[in-house]
Amino acid sequence: MNNSVFAKRLKTLASSFLLASSLAVAGSVAAEEPLKIGFIYVSPIGDAGWTYQHDLGRKAIEEKFGDKIQVKYVESVPEGAEAERVTREMASGGNKMIFGTSFGFMNPMLKVAKTFPNTHFEHATGYKTEANLGNYNARFYEGRYLSGIVAGSMTKSNTLGYVAAFPIPEVVMGINAFTRGAQSVNPKIEVKVVWVNSWFDPGREREATATLIDQGADLVTHHTDSTAVVIAAEEKGKYAIAYHSDMSKYGPKAQLTAVTHHWEKFYTDQVQQALDKAWKPSSIWGGVKEGMINLAPLNAAVPKEVADKVEQAKAAIADGSLHPFAGPVLDQDGKETVAAGSNITDELLSKMDYYVKGVNGKLPK
Amino acid sequence: MDMNTVILMLAATVAAAVPLIFAALGELVVEKSGVLNLGVEGMMIVGALFAFIVAAETGQLWLAAMVGALAGASMALIFGFITLSLMANQVATGLALTIFGVGLSAFIGQGYTSVALDGLKELSIPGLSALPIVGKLFFAYNILVYLALAAFIAVAWFLYKSRAGLILRAVGESPSSAHALGYRVIRIRYLAVLFGGAMAGLGGAYLSLAYTPLWAEGMTAGRGWIALALVVFATWRPGRVLMGALLFGGVTIAQFHVQGLGVEIPSQFLSMLPYMATIVVLVLISRDAGVVRLNAPASLGQPWHNELH
Repeated sequence: MNNSVFAKRLKTLASSFLLASSLAVAGSVAAEEPLKIGFIYVSPIGDAGWTYQHDLGRKAIEEKFGDKIQVKYVESVPEGAEAERVTREMASGGNKMIFGTSFGFMNPMLKVAKTFPNTHFEHATGYKTEANLGNYNARFYEGRYLSGIVAGSMTKSNTLGYVAAFPIPEVVMGINAFTRGAQSVNPKIEVKVVWVNSWFDPGREREATATLIDQGADLVTHHTDSTAVVIAAEEKGKYAIAYHSDMSKYGPKAQLTAVTHHWEKFYTDQVQQALDKAWKPSSIWGGVKEGMINLAPLNAAVPKEVADKVEQAKAAIADGSLHPFAGPVLDQDGKETVAAGSNITDELLSKMDYYVKGVNGKLPK
Repeated sequence: MDMNTVILMLAATVAAAVPLIFAALGELVVEKSGVLNLGVEGMMIVGALFAFIVAAETGQLWLAAMVGALAGASMALIFGFITLSLMANQVATGLALTIFGVGLSAFIGQGYTSVALDGLKELSIPGLSALPIVGKLFFAYNILVYLALAAFIAVAWFLYKSRAGLILRAVGESPSSAHALGYRVIRIRYLAVLFGGAMAGLGGAYLSLAYTPLWAEGMTAGRGWIALALVVFATWRPGRVLMGALLFGGVTIAQFHVQGLGVEIPSQFLSMLPYMATIVVLVLISRDAGVVRLNAPASLGQPWHNELH
């Protein structure tokens, strides 16, 4: 054979071998590239609260999926224009799955989702969806109802205080469920609500708690993000029911229980779907049955009969035989909003814009 | 609404007024010397943060309060240097320092959100605190509340009954005349500015040590600005500063009590009230330019430099 022909063939063989092997290496590297995931939090993670519970979910997926994912998070993102900027930055930074954990992120995320069709977006506590935007929520009201049973049994002044953030349906249904739970064991109770117009503002939450206690409440609960309410109740020697996380270390004598959120399973399932390339947008609304809502261990001060009642109610909610908004449900004017014998529908629940009988004051619109 | 609730509301009003009293009294002294310090909010929040950090790390609340005052004074030193030595515009420098202070405190304070603090407790004076109405109204506050009252008496006495206060006011009215008489204008203004910063820092420390023993970024929530407005509203008189602080404190507390009582005013409007009251009050005072001119220190906001050197 001619030397030059041989040399040429050898060169072709060598270069094609190199090309093939580099492609194989590149291919395997591409297959190994971790799924980049982003979390957008509305408040600081801290040691307890709404964001802390979501962050527990983040830690769970990092532990489970290890190198297969690369997670980053941004805390204290205000709702509105800033949220849009952060979401856009995350999406253009290569994050293929983005979780936004506050109601006010809904419109910003929707906007960004439309311009990044290949990224998966999941929004908590909202109601808008897209081809690549799902939402998820938990039936907090189930936990509220159960905590109401504790509150109604333990109050002596029959006035229960509620420090609430914004008058959106999710918060309102919590107030109403709490009231109904308390009424189920103590029909004489009334609930006083103070709105602080912020998800996280320890100063105002504390002032609001002090006000409610000064006005006769001997148990205070909250739908806000800091530990201020529990701490204030502990200082003033009153009871508290915490929300989001178990805050007993901030109020060992005050906290009777807490309505706790558990997002680990949800996040794990979503990430698994994405890794299996089988992610579809969904609207998930899980409660006690799915393990997304639970009660923290009851304070030793709660008597056994009350603890038993709570357990029974919890089991009944889980198997569907007890619904916190089973008819008849009366609003403050006495009008029936849910007929006797039926349960409220999910749709009506997510639009709830009235107080039930037993709640003091007028709902700000 | 029963008597007990009214008493508790009044007591809460006093507690809410304290940061305003500290910051406004400090700013009053600064403005009386002719310097306009718009950095009060930044100095307050820096004081709040550093006081909280010291309290969380060492548990020594007195030390924490002093460090808070010191932190405020340090910020004020920066302000003083830029405006008194470098002759920069006082308004711009003050604003810059507020923005800087708020951002710096948020940055350094990141690790301290959700840290629980055993804050300053209310005093329990044997015999007096337990009295039916008078006890809660006068004898059951934490120590910084009484310190604020003492500060008011001290500042009022200093400004109007002491020679040093007279010199300070002279510097504020006509620095050139004071200089001609041999007084060190720049040094006096430096001292006033440091005092103002320390008081603002102390006001912030009260917030994070006693009022809300927690740290959260932005926790002063505009109180520094309200304090600034208060000084103008009070036409630069200490007694009126005290009254104004109680008024604003009351408005802040009222928003929650009104809601709790079930009165039908939207809560969003009530949240706005303290700030709206500030604006209204400023507009009312400024309507008559004569009133302001008559009462304000004549050289307020104007840099002064020694022309002979």
